[in-house]
Amino acid sequence: MLIFEHAQTGRRAHAQAPYDAPAADDLPAELLRGTAPLLPESSELDVVRHYTRLSQKNFSIDTQFYPLGSCTMKYNPRACNTLAMLPQFLARHPLADAETGQGFFACLHELQEMLKQATGMAAVSLAPMAGAHGEFTGVAMIRAYHDARGDTARREIIIPDAAHGTNPATASMCGYTVREIPTDRQGNVDLEALRAVVGPHTAGLMLTNPSTLGVFEKAIVTILKIVHEAGGLAYYDGANLNAILGRVRPGDMGFDAIHINLHKTFSTPHGGGGPGAGPVGVSERLMPFLPIPYVLEERGLYRWAEEGDCSQSIGRLSAFGGNMGVLLRAWVYARMLGGVGLRRVADFATLNANYLAAELQKAGFDLAFPERRASHEFIVSLKKLKDATGVAAMDFAKRLLDYGFHAPTTYFPMLVPECLLIEPTETESKETLDAFVTAMAKVKEEAEMTPELVKGAPHTLPVRRLDDVKAARELDLAWKPV
Amino acid sequence: MPFIPHTEADIAAMLDSIGASSLDALFDEIPVDLNCAGLGGIPPSLSEMAVTRLAHGRAAQDGFYSSFLGAGAYEHHIPAAVWQIVSRGEFYTAYTPYQAEASQGTLQLLYEYQTMMASLTGLDVSNASLYDGATALAEAVLMAVRANKAGVRRVLLPDTVHPRYRAVAQAMVKNQGIELVGVPFDKASGITDLAALEVMAGEAAALVIPQPNFFGALERVDALTDWAHAHAMLAIAVANPLALALLKPPGLWGEGTQTRGADICVGDGQPLGVPLSSGGPYFGFMTARQALVRQMPGRMVGRTVDLDGKPGFVLTLQAREQHIRRAKATSNICSNQGLLVTAATIHMALLGPEGLKNVALSSHANTRALIDKLVSLLGVERVFSSPFFHEAVIRVNIPVPDVLRALRAQGILGGYALGRDYPELADCILVCATETKTEDDLEQYRQQLERILSRRNGRDPSVPPCAYK
Repeated sequence: MLIFEHAQTGRRAHAQAPYDAPAADDLPAELLRGTAPLLPESSELDVVRHYTRLSQKNFSIDTQFYPLGSCTMKYNPRACNTLAMLPQFLARHPLADAETGQGFFACLHELQEMLKQATGMAAVSLAPMAGAHGEFTGVAMIRAYHDARGDTARREIIIPDAAHGTNPATASMCGYTVREIPTDRQGNVDLEALRAVVGPHTAGLMLTNPSTLGVFEKAIVTILKIVHEAGGLAYYDGANLNAILGRVRPGDMGFDAIHINLHKTFSTPHGGGGPGAGPVGVSERLMPFLPIPYVLEERGLYRWAEEGDCSQSIGRLSAFGGNMGVLLRAWVYARMLGGVGLRRVADFATLNANYLAAELQKAGFDLAFPERRASHEFIVSLKKLKDATGVAAMDFAKRLLDYGFHAPTTYFPMLVPECLLIEPTETESKETLDAFVTAMAKVKEEAEMTPELVKGAPHTLPVRRLDDVKAARELDLAWKPV
Repeated sequence: MPFIPHTEADIAAMLDSIGASSLDALFDEIPVDLNCAGLGGIPPSLSEMAVTRLAHGRAAQDGFYSSFLGAGAYEHHIPAAVWQIVSRGEFYTAYTPYQAEASQGTLQLLYEYQTMMASLTGLDVSNASLYDGATALAEAVLMAVRANKAGVRRVLLPDTVHPRYRAVAQAMVKNQGIELVGVPFDKASGITDLAALEVMAGEAAALVIPQPNFFGALERVDALTDWAHAHAMLAIAVANPLALALLKPPGLWGEGTQTRGADICVGDGQPLGVPLSSGGPYFGFMTARQALVRQMPGRMVGRTVDLDGKPGFVLTLQAREQHIRRAKATSNICSNQGLLVTAATIHMALLGPEGLKNVALSSHANTRALIDKLVSLLGVERVFSSPFFHEAVIRVNIPVPDVLRALRAQGILGGYALGRDYPELADCILVCATETKTEDDLEQYRQQLERILSRRNGRDPSVPPCAYK
């Protein structure tokens, strides 16, 4: 039942709004609304009960294991939420003078400095509001750099075929053409293909390392050398930074621009789809182009760097500077873990992934790259199972939901057929991983013995398999009263 | 080891299963010369108790103010129930609802949100949100250019649109060869100058129409919408969603029976249950006419049925999005501001149509009362003649930075100094009084301003300095 269907004309949650309000008799009638908007008329209890019940129809980290490759669904510490929501931080107006927010700025400045240390970059801006927003920022800076040098023939971005879809979409948003390059059998960037596409038109390369295939690009130094020698710059997609924290830094690998997904590596919540935060880091040569604002410290006083401070900046990315509440959560997390704790994130994310890969292989699953060391995630291919039983990766994933596990990432990366991309994260215990292996083995057995059971999954959730085709063909995006 | 559950025995058993000798051995594919020696530059770990003390100290340092700042971010009362429900782990720690069967809570809520926003704006379809109001405007500009069959890459963007929104739109569209052209405003009324628009007509894919505009003034939206359509442009509304509880919805803008209303509406959803939070996270909303649905960026939720014919909800029209279309997607956006939309939906459900309208009316009435009080002072005048929603511009006869600094010393944030963005308005302040302000709050502002003006204009203060802080 929708909230609108619970509503009754004339019912109100009286405590929530000014009870009596003077009429706006000074406003011209032609500018006023004629009929009331379609908002429910409900009591406070109706609303609380309705949305509490809706929440119970969700999987979440607090209730289920999410081995969701590339998404890093780890525990979101509660202190981060509590402290980011201190009343002074929540009440602060974004345009209030810097003098009224020195405590707030101190937290952000510390985060900025810690991210520089963690990534080995020369400077960081906290402005981007998501990973894809950070990508846009990075590529826009690369473009601004070439343009400032009059090097305007560089209009191509090179992207491996295993990359996240946001990489090519970002290149397009920055007015660039995408040159896709293949991956070799070992899961590495095909160096010959890279050498063949670089040239005077190359603006840069976008790369995730460890890649979305869950392996470290061993030839990373050579790859960046090829790009740099051709006059291009290198962009690091930080989606998998959690795999290498404290082990190797993008700045040391030679990248010119990076983004960091705070909602992954620094454990801020996913919130059912957002908000995230995607701070960017740059090497020295891109510093003049950083987006505004970023936090400046001058004689012990913090303030935003704004238009007058950086004439070559690519500009503003949001009205008020970014997702501050997310940044504060990441600050709390980084302060609680400290430098040593952050390195342990990579250690135990990698331990869990390699353990899970080993156990699944023992249970009869095919790893996409069995001869490689897994990073923080790895790929299982169900192609043989599908050929034998007709059960596809999607069916398999839906059946896992019945066993109380969120599905791994399915059908990404696209170059591995019938794939499950699995990322356990460091916050899960051995017992949870073992239970997941048991469920995987059970579903495999079901696929072999009773494939229809798996193809019809899920069976135990609030709804059964939903009709995506009908949803797209007979669009129903808003309720209408009957 | 914060948040890492492994015992020594677990580690040994797991390494044994892998066949690795140590944790270090798991990193043997990373070239040795790239290894860093750890993160010694990051301060040591703090306990939860220690970080709590640190954060409380920082927050206390910032304190509280009586704020009359608006300029795109507004202080409103948020019902206690809103963030208590939003903070439930099932919403707070859920992933994007790609696995629909395991995400019916989030998906149904988004469908309800889309319904509310479509109705509030008077348009057919809503997406599930964008980053903020400014990026939503940039996406609307890109959308209008995509929808323009003649390939026109020029959009009219009046000077009365929020300066930050204009800056963001510029940063986001400039690399695609799209030109944003300013439109001046009438100096007396503070709204977009229709005569200037006639002069600059030319080709454009869209006209952006703010309501209320950055000065709080109400634009002549019917005439602007009709003008855009008469010149083969789309009309993009930039609206405060709270104001739309009171004002004519963009989908009905225009006069006469031929009008089709604004084609796209965007704005910032912050006034709907999102705290000021030093600037974010907020959320951008976007609604549009049905005909434009396949040009929209961002996630959308559709209602469908399951195998048994039972109603349910899924993310739909995903063929527009980056994870399917890659370089040809409508946008690179890969998230929505889900948690803020959750708050807004619950907020709107609690307030209902009448409650939301009462918030709008009270905010309007309070700002009227404040303006009346302030312009009664010698040295203060109202600048623009147009009717306003809940913000208005005053001019003061002593330097604005001095006024605002002196007010701040008394615990009052007096408004936004317009000279930052409009040099010709260097002696002007944009002030806002929402429903959260009491008669006493307004009176304190008046008294303090009077004291400051009197002192600086060389007269004896008619009211003694107030002890209130």
